[in-house]
Amino acid sequence: MNELAVAVLRLGLLLALWVLILSIVMSQGRDLVVGRRNKTRLEQARHDAGLVTAVPAAGAHAASADRPAPRAAPEARSAAPVVPAPRLPRTLRVTEGPLTGRTVALDGPVLLGRAEDADLVLEDDYASGRHARLFPQGTRWFLEDLGSTNGTYVDGDPVTRALPLGPGSTLRIGKTVMVLED
Amino acid sequence: MTEVISPPRPRRTTELLLLVAAVAVALGADLLGVLSTSGTVGESAWVPITVLGAAGLVLHVVLRLRARYADPFILPIAILLNGLGLAVIHRLSADTAAARPTPQLVWSVLAITVATALVFLLRDHRLLRRWPYLFLAASGVLLLLPLVPGLGLTANGARIWIDLGVGTFQPGEVAKITLAVFFAGYLSTNRDLILLAGRRVGPVSFPRMQDLGPLVVAWLVALGVLVFQRDLGSALLFFGMFMAMLYIATSRASWILLGLALVGVGAAVAFLFLPHVTARFQIWLNAFDSEVYNRDFGGSYQVVQGLFAMASGGLLGTGLGAGNPTQVPLAFSDMILAAIGEELGFVGLSAVLVLYLLLVTRMVRAALGVRDAFGKVLAAGLAFTMAWQIFVVMGGVTLVLPLTGLTTPFLAAGGSSLLANWIILALVLRVSHAARRPAVVDGMVNASGPGAGLLDPGAELPLTGPRPRATTRGEAR
Repeated sequence: MNELAVAVLRLGLLLALWVLILSIVMSQGRDLVVGRRNKTRLEQARHDAGLVTAVPAAGAHAASADRPAPRAAPEARSAAPVVPAPRLPRTLRVTEGPLTGRTVALDGPVLLGRAEDADLVLEDDYASGRHARLFPQGTRWFLEDLGSTNGTYVDGDPVTRALPLGPGSTLRIGKTVMVLED
Repeated sequence: MTEVISPPRPRRTTELLLLVAAVAVALGADLLGVLSTSGTVGESAWVPITVLGAAGLVLHVVLRLRARYADPFILPIAILLNGLGLAVIHRLSADTAAARPTPQLVWSVLAITVATALVFLLRDHRLLRRWPYLFLAASGVLLLLPLVPGLGLTANGARIWIDLGVGTFQPGEVAKITLAVFFAGYLSTNRDLILLAGRRVGPVSFPRMQDLGPLVVAWLVALGVLVFQRDLGSALLFFGMFMAMLYIATSRASWILLGLALVGVGAAVAFLFLPHVTARFQIWLNAFDSEVYNRDFGGSYQVVQGLFAMASGGLLGTGLGAGNPTQVPLAFSDMILAAIGEELGFVGLSAVLVLYLLLVTRMVRAALGVRDAFGKVLAAGLAFTMAWQIFVVMGGVTLVLPLTGLTTPFLAAGGSSLLANWIILALVLRVSHAARRPAVVDGMVNASGPGAGLLDPGAELPLTGPRPRATTRGEAR
């Protein structure tokens, strides 16, 4: 094969390489725009709330086979937009133990424990240095035990993972009992 | 009730078209190399790349069946890079007996088959999260295998291979993946503890040792073994992976600065007390020194020849098969980027780098899109590790960094590297399927929107049947 043809083929290879790269980039479209996509998804979801009917066949999509059946009652979700969002409880009051009567204003994550930099310093021999953490998520407070020695209890039950708290929930750390209030 | 919000777009046909195009380009490169080195194209010259393409096609079909929504760009890019590597090694085999295209093809097909099996068998990437310590143990065993007498092999000063009888294998490549799975599993489970239960010292908050301990121990053991095996490239890679995954999981820049300070100290100590590291730095800093260049073993001959090769390639390259890339020692493995730079020129080498860039962005995209913390940390960590590896290799070849013995993903000759990288892609394809499949409204996504609080968003959804584990500390979202 003559020199010219080989040279053309060589340039053609480089060209083909870049054409392929360009076609990969072009076919991606706006796929890398993460924020916008999520936003449109969210808007779509709001728009469709109550309008979208259930997809008839549960096994129609691979997705639904991978995911477990939702456990929540469907009517609660479609009715929810009308109900005003409940307010977060704003105080934590100590009802038993050495600190009885003390209140803590809640406006962000709260660290509970004996450590000096804890937000509520517990003077309680049965509490760990960093005992538990209270944090807001969505419309409720969650309580999480930080690997304490003696455990954390909500309404008498030990906390094993982040647990949602309602207003009036009582939490116990050692001899200290606290109540979540508005 | 299952509500589909976004229209499902599997885009498997896009993948098929790009795959065919990628195989065509790789085939063109291979045939051109054969044509230029031997003058004619034999009748069976098309076989190797076609076999590779067929393996890719099988993976494509399995994706259609088992992971419809997996990212459609990852497979074509990987096949193209793998095919280009095969073509270059095939072409180099005309000039040196050390470049062997047939084992490379066999390993490629084997690696793609393993990736296919993984996509087929692993229904959900979150299954890997169940046994983080199993993966930690596997990493330890894999890293220690080369030190076992009678099994380990020493080559080029590093003891990182094992002899399997039929060939050699570098278990460290696979350990990279198992360690990444462990890091991702541990970090996604204990993220909040690491972040919030710490002690504050000035502006920096340090995690408690009991929370970070297993990670640090795993990392120190990995680095220790690698230093013992004199595998500095992998040590650098593991360090980067650890730092990146910690940052991805916690977004604490201060720890990264601390880590970098530590590696600075480590590098200084290694430079002063480990002779082979001193030599590497010397090669890097004084590459054009004639004494360093002319040294019989461990001189800068290799990297300087690589620079000359790329320089002679120029903008468009000499053309596949028309250059003299075997002048560079190990042109088929460590220095394959130099060979590509010579024969395909700057235009071809930058095309390869852009392909890597696209591959890494697709992996990061999967991490951004997926909804569980484990998948996020895993995919982003693997993506960073691949990017970091390419940076270290490319930096070594171009004298930006000291040259290390890391492999160029998909391109360089070496079965363990191919196998490891295809496994990584299989995992990322799995994650991207979870990321791109239609959003199903259920308790999982309903943490703060309408109807919030019906379900605990901290709860992990069971994969199949009952909850896999009793305790999950606040899934990071």
